[in-house]
Amino acid sequence: MAEFEPKIIGFCCNWCAYAGADLAGISRLQYPPNLRIIRVMCSGSVDPEHILQAFRMGADGVFIGGCHPGDCHYISGNYKTMRKVMLLKKLLPQLGLEPERLRLEWISAAEGARFAQVITEFTEQIKKLGPNPWKGAGR
Amino acid sequence: MSKLKLAIGLGSTCSGCDIAILDIAERVLELVDLADIVFWPTAMDFKLSDLEKFGEGEIDLALYHGTVRTSEQEHIAHLLREKSKAVLAFGSCACFGGIPGLCNLTSRDEIFRTVYKETPSTDNPDFVTPQTEVEVGKFKLTLPELYDEGKALTQVIDVDYFLPGCPPPVELIEKLIPVLRGMQAGELPPKGTVIASEKTVCDECPLRKENKMIDRVARVHEIIPDPERCLLEQGILCMGPATRGGCGARCTKALMPCRGCMGPPPGVKDQGARMISAIASILGVEEEGQMSEEEVARIIDGIKDPVGNFYRFTLPTALLNRKVR
Ligand code: SF4
Ligand code: SF4
Ligand code: SF4
Ligand code: FES
Repeated sequence: MAEFEPKIIGFCCNWCAYAGADLAGISRLQYPPNLRIIRVMCSGSVDPEHILQAFRMGADGVFIGGCHPGDCHYISGNYKTMRKVMLLKKLLPQLGLEPERLRLEWISAAEGARFAQVITEFTEQIKKLGPNPWKGAGR
Repeated sequence: MSKLKLAIGLGSTCSGCDIAILDIAERVLELVDLADIVFWPTAMDFKLSDLEKFGEGEIDLALYHGTVRTSEQEHIAHLLREKSKAVLAFGSCACFGGIPGLCNLTSRDEIFRTVYKETPSTDNPDFVTPQTEVEVGKFKLTLPELYDEGKALTQVIDVDYFLPGCPPPVELIEKLIPVLRGMQAGELPPKGTVIASEKTVCDECPLRKENKMIDRVARVHEIIPDPERCLLEQGILCMGPATRGGCGARCTKALMPCRGCMGPPPGVKDQGARMISAIASILGVEEEGQMSEEEVARIIDGIKDPVGNFYRFTLPTALLNRKVR
């Protein structure tokens, strides 16, 4: 059987993580191709509904990249994101999903190398967890 | 004008919805003036055959309350759909899956194991469980099948109208009377009409919001709330911001937090997701720069049962609507 190639949805803040991803690309840093990036203006604009919807549609992992604490361009979007993610991590296991499938990281525009490293690590982790048990079960 | 035909069918129900219909008191007389009740097994001796004898679309309005959880309940839903011009999901169970919908956190096998085997008072060495069919002598006895999942009515049949609430408030049930009157004159409300408010419970709540942040989550028995101030801002999980209004905030007026029975506000698909956003924006924000992740985790630890708190009435219609295994 072919190796499991997870699908990971990544919500990346325009001002930091997305720019970080760009930098990783420009610097020709290698990272696994499993991440599908969705650019958002601020990590704070990622609604928990988007995250649950991604899992419902079969995403094996959801990544959110925001600005470092204190650096959010909309002042406190990233703090709200942190709290949303922590609440969701408490909710997911009750529904049979491992909380490790959801990951939040602060990545600045200058941290291209860190972006590549985080995505590599996360992809490995999701490979270990296996496919999203929701896949194909959405009714 | 000829009288309308009204049917009231049921699924997994606590019958609170039946009682609520009677709670409209003397206005029941107006209701029966407008419509003949042609099916209502809870109140009168009706059999399925009473429903089966109607032709397609012959009944004007069918109400259905309760979650759909057995083959028989599913059959009743389909019958009502076939025989009625319009179907209304009555109460939170039919609208969103309701409290019985929390069964989606477990499975039929787990339930049978607990009920017919593991409870200390059960003596059932052969682990006999309900079967849908059993032969006794020359007779074949049947039981409806219990499904693994509870469903809202919309997940089973096409639904025209919704009247949420657990049970729906009397003031909203009374609105059925003008609806029926309109139907008599051939005017049906637009499909998808929700007989409730277009705003949230917070919009109807008299308690004062001060935009205060919270640094702990308390359960109702743990604090004596200030009777003038918003309960959520006092740390009590109140679903008001994530819940459709129309009930007149009847719980918070009695200083009990809103449990979310009216379901998500207009435009919101997932009530729990909305509540998570609402809580995320008021947790200890004043000093958020200084607040460590551990500190936030400590506050969130006060929320013991997120699914039970945020999806008490809506799990079957949530984005992730059951426990996967
Ligand atoms: S909505 Fe509430 S009152 Fe009505 S049947 Fe369901 S649990 Fe009972
Ligand atoms: S959160 Fe609850 S107590 Fe506060 S205003 Fe809204 S409904 Fe009222
Ligand atoms: S306050 Fe909340 S729980 Fe109480 S009736 Fe209204 S919607 Fe339902
Ligand atoms: S602008 Fe980057 S997290 Fe808000």
